[in-house]
Parts: sequence; C-alpha cells; structure tokens
Amino acid sequence: MLKVGFLYTRLRVEEKFLLDELEKHKDVETVKINDGDQYFDIAHINEPVDVLFERSISYSRGLYISKIYEANGVRVVNSSQVAERCGDKYVTSQILVREGIPTPRVLMAFDEEAALQAVDALGFPCVLKPVVGSWGRLLAKVDDRHAAESFIEHKSSLGVNHQIFYIQEYVNKPGRDIRAFVVGEEPIGAIYRTSPNWITNTARGGVASNCPLTPELSDLCRRTARAMGGGLLAIDVFETENGLTINEVNHTMEFRNSITTTGVNIPALMIEYVLAQARG
Amino acid sequence: MSTANCPECEAEITLDASAEVGEIIVCPDCGVDLEITSLDPAKVEIAPMEQEDWGE
Repeated sequence: MLKVGFLYTRLRVEEKFLLDELEKHKDVETVKINDGDQYFDIAHINEPVDVLFERSISYSRGLYISKIYEANGVRVVNSSQVAERCGDKYVTSQILVREGIPTPRVLMAFDEEAALQAVDALGFPCVLKPVVGSWGRLLAKVDDRHAAESFIEHKSSLGVNHQIFYIQEYVNKPGRDIRAFVVGEEPIGAIYRTSPNWITNTARGGVASNCPLTPELSDLCRRTARAMGGGLLAIDVFETENGLTINEVNHTMEFRNSITTTGVNIPALMIEYVLAQARG
Repeated sequence: MSTANCPECEAEITLDASAEVGEIIVCPDCGVDLEITSLDPAKVEIAPMEQEDWGE
C-alpha cells in the first residue's frame, strides 16, 4: 500500500478532484493533513508517508511543512525548493534572467526614494507587486509619477514585507494572457485568460478558453519548468510583439476552469506524477 | 441526509453525500463562504478570511 500525505488548508474544488483521483487507485492510502489544525514535530513525522502532496493555499504553511517532511526523508511534490522558487516573485524572475528565458524587466528597491527612482528608470506604466502573493491581489499598475508616489507611500505603511519593492515592466498584452500547465517538465495543456482588465487571473474574472500548445509555447514551458526544478507547475505567459515572455510560475495551481477548456484530465495527470514520485 | 444552518442567515443547508470536513461551500441563500467543520452532526462555520500569503 502506497501512502500519500495530502497537505491542505481548505478543500477547494481542485482538492476534491485530486482526492477523487487518488481514490481511484486501490493500492493507495490517502492521509489528509490539515496544515492549520495541528502542530508538527520537526524531528519526527507522526504518520510516515511515501510522498507528501503539498496543496496548501497558505504559501508559508506549505513551505515550512514541506521542509519538515523533507528533513525527515519524505519526498514532497512540489519540493520546498520549487515552492520557494515559484512563491517569491523575485526568485522566479532572477532564475528566468539567469537562464536567459524571456521575462519582463524587474527592478528591486528597499526604500521609498529608491523605489521612486526605479519607477522613473523603468518608465510608465509599470507594475508594483508584492514578492509573495497571488490571485492578482495588491498589484498596482502605475500610470504616472503621482500615482507612483501614492502607491509607494501606501505600500510602505503595510509593513516590512511591502517595503520590498518589486517593480516590473508593464507588458501591453492583447487583452489576454496564457496559463500553461506542466507535469514534470512537459506541458499538458494551456488556456487563454481573457479580460478587459489588465489583471487576467480567472480568480479576478478572466474568462478561460483553449490555447493550442504551439512548438514555441511548449519549448518555452519546458525551459521554464526545467529552470524552476520541474514538478506540477502553472506557467503564466504574455504574448508580446517580440514573442512570448514568462510572467510568473505557480506551484500549487488551480485548474477548475481548465479541465473542460483544454479537454485534458489535469488532476489525473497530476496524481499519476505524484504516485510516480512516491514509487521513486 | 445531514443538514446544518448557515451562521450568517440561518438558511438550512443540505450537505452532499460526498461532503468532507474542510470543504468550502457557498450558502445558497446569502452567498457567504462556509467551511464544513463536522459531518455528524453537520456543522458549518463562516470560512476564514483569505490571508496575505494565500494563493496558488
């Protein structure tokens, strides 16, 4: 019997799909582990599992608990290293730059005045993002210097994490972006997310439609996945006049709007990957 | 079939046979997010507000 630890914060639609898939495997026992309702001994795992499938909505909880399991010899999907690379936008951007993968230009600053200088250097519009955060929250498109001064002052009052200024070149996308799903290092499907808003996340109302996996998109996804360490990844891609560019990579992807849209059984492929990792 | 009442609007909510503890459901009457905290007896609570580091 293969034991799969299933780490979660909440059972969203995605988690229910994944648990249903796990249940189809008769040689698998699923151990559900809520990341909030118990403590974790860093020297000992109470109920040993063959693999931990990390599906926490909370980035911090998922990361620490993954590290605890890894430290005690359990393989985690996605690994804490992949989570750290995806969960911190600075780290993602730095890896993409290092690997020569197209990605919008990013400047970092750690003081209000330096942040204003960075915004001036990038030009308008540009985008301010928290280094940790998701679902398009607290993003600010900065259209002019007056807006920049206000946003930077407001962000500074939000606490020390918001005084890490991640300032990204604005990409004028054609009313949509691409979300590509990768299993291992292989793209399995992609959707367009179309929205009249510059933020196209489906969590923010972006509408999903199928996006063909062209050779260019597939190749870029493979290179990106390899750079991030592989695993179960959702890669956000912008279309520009000069080709495709990678915006960010997600390590605990949501896919409820993408199964019918792509015609790909995403949860089944994810579980196959998790079980393959468990069998080592 | 187990039922619980919405803590916000007191609507009667029937849990699916496949319902699980920790699952998030939406109250059909008032639309608030609810977390299933117990199946027998059926209990639901207002789901915790999203935290800053939540996401995918």
